[in-house]
Amino acid sequence: MELVQIQRRLVDYTKSLFMEGFLDAQFLQLQQLQDDSNPDFVFEVVSLFFEDSEKLLNELTIALDQPNVDFKKLDSHVHQLKGSSSSIGAQRVKNACIAFRNYCDVQNIEGCLTCLQQVKQECYLVKNKFETLFRLEQQIMASGGSVPTIELGF
Amino acid sequence: MDSCNCIEPQWPPDDLLMKYQYISDFFIALAYFSIPLELIYFVKKSAVFPYRWVLVQFGAFIVLCGATHLINLWTFTMHTRTVAMVMTTAKVFTAVVSCATALMLVHIIPDLLSVKTRELFLKNKAAELDREMGLIRTQEETGRHSRMLTHEIRSTLDRHTILKTTLVELGRTLALEECALWMPTRTGLELQLSYTLRQQNPVGYTVPIHLPVINQVFSSSHAVKISPKCPVARIRPAGKYMPGEVVAVRVPLLHLSNFQINDWPELSTKRYALMVLMLPSDSARQWHVHELELVEVVADQVAVALSHAAILEESMRARDLLMEQNVALDLARREAETAIRARNDFLAVMNHEMRTPMHAIIALSSLLQETELTPEQRLMVETILKSSNLLSTLINDVLDLSRLEDGSLQLDLGTFNLFAVFREVLNLIKPIASVKKLHVSLNLAPDLPEYAIGDEKRLMQTILNVVGNAVKFSKEGSISITAFVAKSELLRDSRTPEFFPVPSDNHFYLRVQVKDSGVGISPQDIPKLFTKFAQTQSTATRNSGGSGLGLAICKRFVNLMEGHIWIESEGLGKGCTAIFMVKLGIPERLNEPKLPFMPKVPTNHGPTAFPGLKVLVMDENGVSRMVTKGLLVHLGCDVTMVSSSEECLRVVSHEHKVVFMDVCVPGMDGYEVAIRINEKFTKRHERPIIVALTGNTDKVTKENCMRVGMDGIILKPVSLDKMRSVLSDLLEHRVLFEAI
Repeated sequence: MELVQIQRRLVDYTKSLFMEGFLDAQFLQLQQLQDDSNPDFVFEVVSLFFEDSEKLLNELTIALDQPNVDFKKLDSHVHQLKGSSSSIGAQRVKNACIAFRNYCDVQNIEGCLTCLQQVKQECYLVKNKFETLFRLEQQIMASGGSVPTIELGF
Repeated sequence: MDSCNCIEPQWPPDDLLMKYQYISDFFIALAYFSIPLELIYFVKKSAVFPYRWVLVQFGAFIVLCGATHLINLWTFTMHTRTVAMVMTTAKVFTAVVSCATALMLVHIIPDLLSVKTRELFLKNKAAELDREMGLIRTQEETGRHSRMLTHEIRSTLDRHTILKTTLVELGRTLALEECALWMPTRTGLELQLSYTLRQQNPVGYTVPIHLPVINQVFSSSHAVKISPKCPVARIRPAGKYMPGEVVAVRVPLLHLSNFQINDWPELSTKRYALMVLMLPSDSARQWHVHELELVEVVADQVAVALSHAAILEESMRARDLLMEQNVALDLARREAETAIRARNDFLAVMNHEMRTPMHAIIALSSLLQETELTPEQRLMVETILKSSNLLSTLINDVLDLSRLEDGSLQLDLGTFNLFAVFREVLNLIKPIASVKKLHVSLNLAPDLPEYAIGDEKRLMQTILNVVGNAVKFSKEGSISITAFVAKSELLRDSRTPEFFPVPSDNHFYLRVQVKDSGVGISPQDIPKLFTKFAQTQSTATRNSGGSGLGLAICKRFVNLMEGHIWIESEGLGKGCTAIFMVKLGIPERLNEPKLPFMPKVPTNHGPTAFPGLKVLVMDENGVSRMVTKGLLVHLGCDVTMVSSSEECLRVVSHEHKVVFMDVCVPGMDGYEVAIRINEKFTKRHERPIIVALTGNTDKVTKENCMRVGMDGIILKPVSLDKMRSVLSDLLEHRVLFEAI
């Protein structure tokens, strides 16, 4: 495929992610921090996020399986997840975490379970999106081009 | 026997006569002997007899007389010379004593008689005293009764009980057959039987009030005896032979208004009740004076007690009313509080929702600035950025407005360039004005200082709002903005008499006038201008948009700056002038060459603004840590990362200039670390600057950070520009206190 086309596809894809609310402004900040001295910054951060989130989601699943649910522990895990997701700009994950925290505050187990499902879902979705994004970027780099900066037309 | 010259012939002693004489003498002697004995006996018995020795004398006299008669017994027959001698002695003695007694009696008898008179006199006196005693006793008894009655009457404040008690007690004290109280009706023309003693439920007899009997009673303050046949006294069952005497007394009905201080109530009330008291029939009892006095006293007491009862009723009513009002007020207050809380919640939520897209706009525009742009594009982007900053400020201010109402908003004072503020306003307004083909002119007086101390952001907002309104409401013509230092004569305006500005050495009053040639405002709308959300409804302004909050907020800011704002207009179609005056500080000469505090958008976009700055980042969250690190590395800092408070305390040293710590992680106490760091570095210049990174900037978090001695707070997520400006602020001034 033509470099320009791939670049355009990348730009359109990124824009769509913003439009759909998967990403927010924070992600752009991350991209800004990537430069020649730090070429894979975004990739590293995102990968770290997914490792982190997997661990946290496992912990959450185990915690909610207990007969006596420790809401404090639950809350602290969700807080972590919320922090991480907001740091990289994963907006939908962050919003799902906020909802999760509300249910934790009122100690509603049913609600928590539902939210957990939702968080997992959102993580999974955004992971896919990122993977696509990174694949496109790699393609561009492989073709010798540079990743275009997002033109903000919206 | 010798012959004598007696008329009667001599007579030889007869035996019979002799015998009778003999016996009589004997009895006389007996009597004469027993009388003294009796006297002695009885005198001995009596305690007091003043004349004992008289008695002795008398006794001697009688005894001797008796002795004489006794001895006489022997002389009837032939007797010896001794007997004759004894007889003679006896007679002589008797004679002596008799004469002595006779003489003495002359002295004594008057005395004895006077004793009798004295005794009579004393008896009279005793009788008199007895009478007086009786009088006093009755008086005292009356007094006791009236005291008791009064006590009974005054022991209650219930009108009904008072009257009933009065009747009962009076009935008991005076042993009355019947006692009745007639009260005047509402119309005042009749007396109605209200209370009786014996009958339980008096039927409502009425009697017209203008009977002569009643008038007589009412006109006297004493109890008056009335005929048992008059209508008010005819309530007893008929069939008694002799109805007992009846007395009537008036009871004044006093109103509150009758009591003046230090003044007895005036009896011009003319409202009286009638109390009628009837003695039992067939008893022949009479009304005594003391009883009448008692009745009068009781009537007065009843009057007073009734008035007290009336006062009490009034005050109870007033108290009930107050309680109701209190309850209603409480409810209203609670409703108002609920409304305020609801509004605050709403504002807080809206605020949050509004901030999120604002951040996107600001972030993206600042990023856009970093890219390659043509000069026009750059200008446009800068305008977008400034407008969005102002909008963000406005959003903050909508939240502030609720805080303004609570009075908790404070101005951010700082030194700033006054000319620059006006220039910016002009730049912001020029594009819109040129579209509307309005000519805008700015006129700054020559004596206006270039730098001033005040709240730059809010001053600019105020000027912008006023100028913006001028532009909004003008379809054509020109807008002129004049700014000058207000002089003392001009300071006091006839329109604002309550505003007394006093210039001093450290302050001056900036006066800004914005005149436009637009649609103008009619005089009756002018007062409404500064009320929130109120807009004039003329068609020209209907589609001009806006929330109507602008002028209200401006007014509050101007008030905070100890100034005044008002609008003059000569009427519709004649344009209007908005004028405001605010108090600004005059900076000292030394401050002038220093750069203004307000963080400006940096003109150089080089990434290494802080080469080699040693920074410590404490954050438990790995991803967040990495992002912050990336941010700081991008800015050229030398970043050390720690993920726990113990590690942080171990690693921190005086080489680290800034410490960023995440304080919104539950369970990990960033505040604790701050306190420990403060303790560790006693000298202020060795201590690193501590900045908190947090997800919420509510009051509690801010207070906690200030309490532990942190130098600033940053709201996450942090943009590159924000981090840059924060660092430059911190390093320059060592204090930030809030960057959102």
